[in-house]
Amino acid sequence: MRRALTSREALLVGVILSLLALIASRFPAFVRPANLVDVFTDTAPLIILALGQAVVILTRCIDLSVASNLALTGMVCAMLNVAYPGLPIPVILLVALALGALLGAFNGVLVWTLGIPPIVVTLGTLTIYRGLIFVMSDGEWVNAHEMSAAFTGFPRAEIFGLPVLAWIAIAATVVLLIVVARTPLGRAFYAVGGNPNAAVYTGLDVGKTQFWAFVLSGTLSGLCGYLWVARYAVAYVDIARGFELEVVAACVIGGIAIAGGAGTIMGAVLGALFLGIIKNALPVVGISPFWQLAISGAAIVIAVAFNARAGRRKGRLILKRAEREAQA
Amino acid sequence: MSDTSRRIPDRLQSPGLKALKSWESLLLAVAIAIFITNSFLSPYFLDAWNLSDATFNFTEKAMIAFAMALLIIAGEIDLSVASIIALASTAMGYALQFDVGTWGLVAIGLGTGLLCGAFNGALVTGLGLPSIVVTIGTMSLFRGISYIVLGDQGFRGYPPEFSFFGQGYVWWVISFEFVLFAVLALIYYVVLHRTNFGRAIYAIGNNPTGALFSGIRVDRVKFILFLLTGLMAGVAAVCLTARLGSTRPTIALGWELEIVTMVVLGGVNILGGSGSIPGVVIAAFVIGLVTFGLGLLNVPGIVMSIFIGGLLIGVIALPRLWAMWRG
Amino acid sequence: MQQLAPTSTAGHSGDPALTLSGITKTFPGVKALNAVSLELYPGQVTALIGENGAGKSTIVKVLTGIYRPDAGQMSVDGQPVRFNTAQDATETGITAIHQETVLFDELSVAENIFIGHAPRGRFGLIDTARMHAKAAEILDRIDAPLDPATPLKDLGIANKHLVAIARALSVDARVVIMDEPTAALSQKEIEELYDLVERLKSEGRSILFISHKFDEIFRIADRYVVFRDGEHVGAGSMADVTEADLVQLMVGRAVDQIFPDRPHATGAEVLRIDNLAHPTEFEDIDLTLNAGEILGVYGLVGAGRSELMQAIFGITRPSGGTIRIDGVETVIRSPADAIARGIVYVPEDRGKQGAILGLPIFQNVTLPSLGRTSRAGFLRLAEEFALARGYADRLDLRAAALDQDVGNLSGGNQQKVVIAKWLATKPKVIILDEPTKGIDIGSKAAVHAFMAELAAEGLAVIMVSSEIPEILGMSDRVIVMREGLIATELTGADLTPETLVRHAAGIRSQAPERAAGVVQ
Repeated sequence: MRRALTSREALLVGVILSLLALIASRFPAFVRPANLVDVFTDTAPLIILALGQAVVILTRCIDLSVASNLALTGMVCAMLNVAYPGLPIPVILLVALALGALLGAFNGVLVWTLGIPPIVVTLGTLTIYRGLIFVMSDGEWVNAHEMSAAFTGFPRAEIFGLPVLAWIAIAATVVLLIVVARTPLGRAFYAVGGNPNAAVYTGLDVGKTQFWAFVLSGTLSGLCGYLWVARYAVAYVDIARGFELEVVAACVIGGIAIAGGAGTIMGAVLGALFLGIIKNALPVVGISPFWQLAISGAAIVIAVAFNARAGRRKGRLILKRAEREAQA
Repeated sequence: MSDTSRRIPDRLQSPGLKALKSWESLLLAVAIAIFITNSFLSPYFLDAWNLSDATFNFTEKAMIAFAMALLIIAGEIDLSVASIIALASTAMGYALQFDVGTWGLVAIGLGTGLLCGAFNGALVTGLGLPSIVVTIGTMSLFRGISYIVLGDQGFRGYPPEFSFFGQGYVWWVISFEFVLFAVLALIYYVVLHRTNFGRAIYAIGNNPTGALFSGIRVDRVKFILFLLTGLMAGVAAVCLTARLGSTRPTIALGWELEIVTMVVLGGVNILGGSGSIPGVVIAAFVIGLVTFGLGLLNVPGIVMSIFIGGLLIGVIALPRLWAMWRG
Repeated sequence: MQQLAPTSTAGHSGDPALTLSGITKTFPGVKALNAVSLELYPGQVTALIGENGAGKSTIVKVLTGIYRPDAGQMSVDGQPVRFNTAQDATETGITAIHQETVLFDELSVAENIFIGHAPRGRFGLIDTARMHAKAAEILDRIDAPLDPATPLKDLGIANKHLVAIARALSVDARVVIMDEPTAALSQKEIEELYDLVERLKSEGRSILFISHKFDEIFRIADRYVVFRDGEHVGAGSMADVTEADLVQLMVGRAVDQIFPDRPHATGAEVLRIDNLAHPTEFEDIDLTLNAGEILGVYGLVGAGRSELMQAIFGITRPSGGTIRIDGVETVIRSPADAIARGIVYVPEDRGKQGAILGLPIFQNVTLPSLGRTSRAGFLRLAEEFALARGYADRLDLRAAALDQDVGNLSGGNQQKVVIAKWLATKPKVIILDEPTKGIDIGSKAAVHAFMAELAAEGLAVIMVSSEIPEILGMSDRVIVMREGLIATELTGADLTPETLVRHAAGIRSQAPERAAGVVQ
């Protein structure tokens, strides 16, 4: 953990703290613990999706289908609940995870075996998955009164003063931190994205590693699908539309290099928190929530430019003088 | 050193034969097949005015697709085009209050498109950023600005003369938009296939380093292509706004996908380096015919989008599957 | 230090640890390996010697499971083996210190050493503590003072190299391949590497040592194998050969290759470069070039030759110095500027920089000359075909048609297309970077003859080459580069294989050494 806080993470923590301080100076109520819990809980889905997206981007891919996956899985869970109100929550959770993983695996297979560019694959599945919701639901909404109390209550149930939704975001972060730091697959994500050529030399299968990244991203999207639908107690075709852009924004702000191989899980989480705080602060400080889309767009552009500047590669050192200077 | 007996021919096969065996011919056959199928499925299909209406399904998107084809052949992409439409339309709606006149509105629409294109182009070529991410960012940014201006409101009250660009007819069933589409198709055909600039686009898409080493000013060409794409989004914004008669921030939502699909279906390699304008033109007709046909069968728009998404993946996946199958 | 007297050099006692026979590997247009054989014995260092393009890197990739050979057998301890992935080779006990960086900047030193086979602990998770301990142990063994937890990106080139070595030693390797292991090291580090090689020998491991430097080959190798143009041309005990014998084997062509006879008459000065410098790649570059002259530029790979040429061509921006063309000082900001001023560059990397493989022959040829074949920016195909045809005939291009994609041609014919492309611009100076690398003998001769013809027509030619016979056979004058500096300029009687090799490697040279032996 010594190196956990590299410069980007430290910078983001600084920015987030000053942002909070700035808001608190005018609106002290915003930083009351109860409100901060609300802000964190509200940001939880973004954090969970950013975790999966971070892994995908690490392997030099991108997953634009996460929000559609979320909406489709959410609708399946809601309809399942309506059809079988007695179905226990763990079963619903399992269905959400499995369906999400399946949808992610479909992206992954196309990237791995057919070598189709990830942007094309996920742009396609973005519309396909969302279209399927319409086909399944016939465009109807599943409303709060149709859902069981247990179904909608689960993400809001509080443990030690924190809703389950928030705990799940924390748990997912911990799991991802361990997977990325301590499993061969986790290290392979970095290796494959950082230097695919070298990855082949060390016997890593680039496509297969990317496949697993998509499965991971899909699984987390599926999990979010149930949580989202249950928390807002409504499911319809358009939920979370365009959310994928916010997720990419969180990752890019968090310092995940779009060229792959660089960035940390903590960075993505902090990027999501940054966006979450802005989103929740806008109404408080009296700015229209319609600003939010433009803010995340601007944040992506600025962060990408910033990342590129920081990561600019140096030429090869031939002169001994230059090499000495570089090492000094 | 050379002897005439071993002279290398200019061409291996005649251009006509080559064209016959191309992706474009296959696509044309598909278009004709869909046309015939449609005419059997619905009695309303073979009606001049219905067919004329059907062209609106693709004319505006195809205008952008021409420029996007050049951009993708050069190895870049612009996902912000639909958002540029939204911003350009918003700018025109905002200008209504200043009474700038019809041509003033058009100038503002095109100017906004150019500015957005220049912004994308500067970020990609000036700072050397990947175009996919830059334009995902500007996709949020441009439409976000529309939301800031409009909120959940909209602009309406465009002058009657302005509506000609989206609703006018030049002759009988031939709409202004269709004529514009045809003229632009011709211009883009000439630019891509008949000029030095077009050749440079292919060279860059095939091998940007090799193109640079051959003395092509790669960044300048790419910047111009982003400008063109922005300009075409501006043109499409004028047409669409005139057709709808109003501006909302959700205008043209999701169009970037349909435009990219059109380009890829037209045989443009998503990784750059190859593709043609005739291919994109035929692809535009195919998509237009399919959506029109499904519309006649009362299939809702969102279900059509499944078809579009499937088409995008399928068109790229099938040749690869075929290659794998044959080993 | 003296060469150790290896007890087993004379007759290689025991059976080979690794045997290759009949290994063939073909790439489109090039036969990289043609039925080569190789035997490595336990406790011995075998030097693999050959010019660039001789097939050394290809055999390394075959041995490490990156490439699968088209034909031939491979056996370890007499047991036949087949590798499908790099992992298979590692598990069989073959490990390599590759020439290219095969490390990961974002991972730590320990992770780089153990990627693919990290020690696992509870729940199958990577046991970081044990991994760091084991990494420290290996690093200690090779006297590398590195903290296993350091991110690789924080290390300099030499230290990264130590990590690569540690990685190779992290598996219990029977066979260790070292592909130019000393290229990036200082004198002190080279000494440490030699110690390491001795230790590996004493542990009974087989070592395949690839190097261009004769002094080190004679110092540490027990046996040698020489490749030339993808073929095995000789092998034996180091004790039985001299440096001259090896050079003869390596460049054997010198006897069977005839270079065009050309007069050494040169015209007026065309290009003059004073004090050209780049922050990291080269400095103190002074050179002049006359019309009708072929200037050879020799040096080892990584001496900064291509980097210098690319700066002259406008790919990179020099940090200082001046370039004069026909006596007029000019600033070249891009290749387009260079071409406009009459300087063109045939790059070493044909596939990436030279040709546009996906475009037809005629379009490649006319690409930089479109201004002349077109009218008002509109293409005129007839003019393009005519221009392309002229050079195709002149260069004796072998192709099915002029609208065939360049990617479908053989290496030699691709090179002819690239040369044609540049001649079509009517340049004053043509820079050829390794013009005959990886192309067949027939095309080589054609390229050489053509170069002579160009010089005779008054073109000023710079030829960068790592092939000694080519340098000797073609150049009027030779500049030798080493570590980003011009080491010397040779003409006439001074121009011998020996002087070239010595100045390029910086060994036992008459002049005081300028850059070797960096004090740490």
